[in-house]
Amino acid sequence: MNPCKLKISKWLLALPLAFSLHTELHAETVARYGISMADIPLTTGQPDRGAGAYQFTGHTLYDPLIAWEANVGTRPGKLIPGLATEWKVDAKDQKKWVFTLRKGVKFHDDSEFNADSVIWNLDKVLADKAAQFDAKQSAQVRPRVPSIDSYRKLGDYSVEITTKEIDALFPYQLPWFLISSPAQWEKLGKDWNKVASQPSGTGPFKLDKLVPRERADLVKNTAYWDKTRLAKTDRIVLVPIPDAMTRANALLNGQVDIIETPPPDVLPQLKASGFKLVQNVTPHVWPYHFSTYPGSPWTDIRVRKAANLAIDRDAVVQLMSGLASPAKGQVDASSPWFGKPTFKLGYDLAAARKLMAEAGYSQAKPLKAKIIIAQGGTGQMLSLPMNEFVQQSLAEVGIDVSFEVVELENLYRHWRAGAKGDINASKNITAINLGYVTADPFYAITRFTDSKYVAPNGVNWGGYNNPKVDAALEKIRTTFDTKTQDGLLAFVHQSMVDDAQMLWVVHDVNPHALSPKVKEFVQAQHWFQDLTTIRM
Amino acid sequence: MFAYILKRLIYAIPIALSVTVVSFILVYLAPGDPLSAIAPADAPEEVIIALRSAYGLDQPVPVQYGLWLMRAVQGDLGLSIATGREVTSEVMRAVGNTLLLAGFAALIGVIAGCLFGALAGYRHGSWIDRIATALSVIGVSIPHYWLGLVLTILFSIWRPWFPAMGAGPGGSSEWLWDLEHFRYLVLPAVTLSVIPMGIITRTVRALVADMLGQEFVSALRARGLSGVAVFRHVAKNTAPTVLAVAGLQIGYLMGGSILVETVFAWPGTGFLLNTAIFQRDIPLLQGTILVLCMFFVVLNLLVDILQPMIDPRMGRA
Repeated sequence: MNPCKLKISKWLLALPLAFSLHTELHAETVARYGISMADIPLTTGQPDRGAGAYQFTGHTLYDPLIAWEANVGTRPGKLIPGLATEWKVDAKDQKKWVFTLRKGVKFHDDSEFNADSVIWNLDKVLADKAAQFDAKQSAQVRPRVPSIDSYRKLGDYSVEITTKEIDALFPYQLPWFLISSPAQWEKLGKDWNKVASQPSGTGPFKLDKLVPRERADLVKNTAYWDKTRLAKTDRIVLVPIPDAMTRANALLNGQVDIIETPPPDVLPQLKASGFKLVQNVTPHVWPYHFSTYPGSPWTDIRVRKAANLAIDRDAVVQLMSGLASPAKGQVDASSPWFGKPTFKLGYDLAAARKLMAEAGYSQAKPLKAKIIIAQGGTGQMLSLPMNEFVQQSLAEVGIDVSFEVVELENLYRHWRAGAKGDINASKNITAINLGYVTADPFYAITRFTDSKYVAPNGVNWGGYNNPKVDAALEKIRTTFDTKTQDGLLAFVHQSMVDDAQMLWVVHDVNPHALSPKVKEFVQAQHWFQDLTTIRM
Repeated sequence: MFAYILKRLIYAIPIALSVTVVSFILVYLAPGDPLSAIAPADAPEEVIIALRSAYGLDQPVPVQYGLWLMRAVQGDLGLSIATGREVTSEVMRAVGNTLLLAGFAALIGVIAGCLFGALAGYRHGSWIDRIATALSVIGVSIPHYWLGLVLTILFSIWRPWFPAMGAGPGGSSEWLWDLEHFRYLVLPAVTLSVIPMGIITRTVRALVADMLGQEFVSALRARGLSGVAVFRHVAKNTAPTVLAVAGLQIGYLMGGSILVETVFAWPGTGFLLNTAIFQRDIPLLQGTILVLCMFFVVLNLLVDILQPMIDPRMGRA
């Protein structure tokens, strides 16, 4: 062949190849994510629908001042700088916290992030007379930042927040508080409902499209300030599919690439079809929270310990098709707050029966107790089968449990009222089964153990009162060194376990099923997940 | 005729008013707090009180009803507690999706029901009758939820011919009348059509069998009319009853099916109701129930108006 013709034909062959490679290199990567919610969570700044919603429309579109490290799965995350590069407590007045803000950060609408935006956002959720106050967003975040008393601007990139009392754990509250753009709110006629479809934050994703109850398209924010957290996928499509079986079908059918919480029954089929199942330690526990008020059958520590020794937790995990992990306490044993409890949770029927006999009970002469449970709902795992399992296990050691079954919403009323509340006391309810989020020291430990949070002042439901624990909690509040804090928290936790404050059964593992098309997804040991880690 | 229509319209007013009372009051009888849609489980009492006041839920129920009715007659059903979006637009979007699904399901149900029913009626006692009867019994007895799942397993997973869920690749807002979108409609519509198909089959079968035994049919045959001509007379005489039954069935379909729409994540009124119930989103629940009930009222009104047009004796009665 003529060398010239050969060259031309080589070029002709190479051109389409190069073009196709170019197209492939620039083709948009899309991950379709089937989420378990019935609607897309609020997009205005503070997501509704609980802690699990922050990964979808919270930390994707927005950033907090202090962030949670959610892009590691091999160890528990920690607090890391977000929109604040530094925070420190005022040495003279330890109620005052000074935050140094990150410079050069822009909202998606190109307006600048600065101290004014922080104050404006604090007013948005805490100052009910402010023009931008939004009751919906306020309701989401106010209970999460209970320590904030006041705040002020110190400079263009510096703000001061004053807490109601000295609270060294205050930084843990701030990953819940997200910053939205004041300029966008102004531009959209000061209407939060309009902001919902055109939100503007500083986060690693922008909202491209929102079809209520059907989908939300998040696109990569290429100008994101944290270059280590640039999204690995160009577009993430969130598809609400509340029914677990429908989610699994959508995954099997190829309509979505990732789903949350696959139904346990479908796991073998998913695995056999080449889908990956990922799960991790998750800050959640499924317990029976005992009342220790006089008259409650659980006032006797031997009974509480016997209950904890009567449960074959591995069998519960099996019941959940592996989608749970056995509890050793309120938090997972790998947590820095676990400590060294002397009472080891395990399955030991002989020891449990012995304790019950010492307390004066047996299978022939059982102790009777009434527990309030939900028929299902968020965080409750497989509520009814698991409760029936526990009921049968407790019967083996002489604890005759009867259930008051209510809807989850109703259960929350009973929870807020405390064991002494009329709605519980009148029905002789002496324990409550409610899945607890245990993501930070307050949520995991303080709110259940501090005697000042005895219901109705908080959710110390059963009236737990341990002066040593109270003293340690007081010390934690004034201890600003993280390691010392962790040590004190570990002491409180081991006291909870040694006192058998609750019957801890299992932890959730927040399972996800992934299509083989998903090359990477780092599942953090938290309810906060980082969707920037998804790679297709 | 005009007087008849006017009378029917006047009758519809108290029915509509009763519907508003029932749809408003009923949701208050259910346990739970509407603020659970927005307040976290451990929200302190002061947050709950502030929210109750912000949403007007601290006012007496009759006052809330009065304010709601005044807005509702102007087409404003308020704002959803959970999302802050306008209930009217939320419901109308869902109604549009349900109409699409229900329309297609009704088409399948009515056509198949009339066909099977007529065949069974004409071949009364034969194997065709037995098969049609069996199909109609299965249609009315089979649980929707189960059938939806089985169809999905068969035709979405085992043989991936149809999507397992959703209302189109881009969501219902980007619906197009093409094959790609039509595929999303097939499984939920077939699932939804089995009950009306079963009921209409039974009705048509009984009516046709009865008509064929009537003297006027024997007379028509004696006069040498063809089978087709006789069928035309039979069809005309069975039509008013079939229309009334089909109207009711279409009304049920318009109401959406909570189970079918949930199984297929179809964003219609059933899916919306399901969400509103679980979130205790009272304005959304009231608005959806009201619109669905009004569908029934309007459909019944239409059937009442159409029936005397087909059978003038009814108008005179």
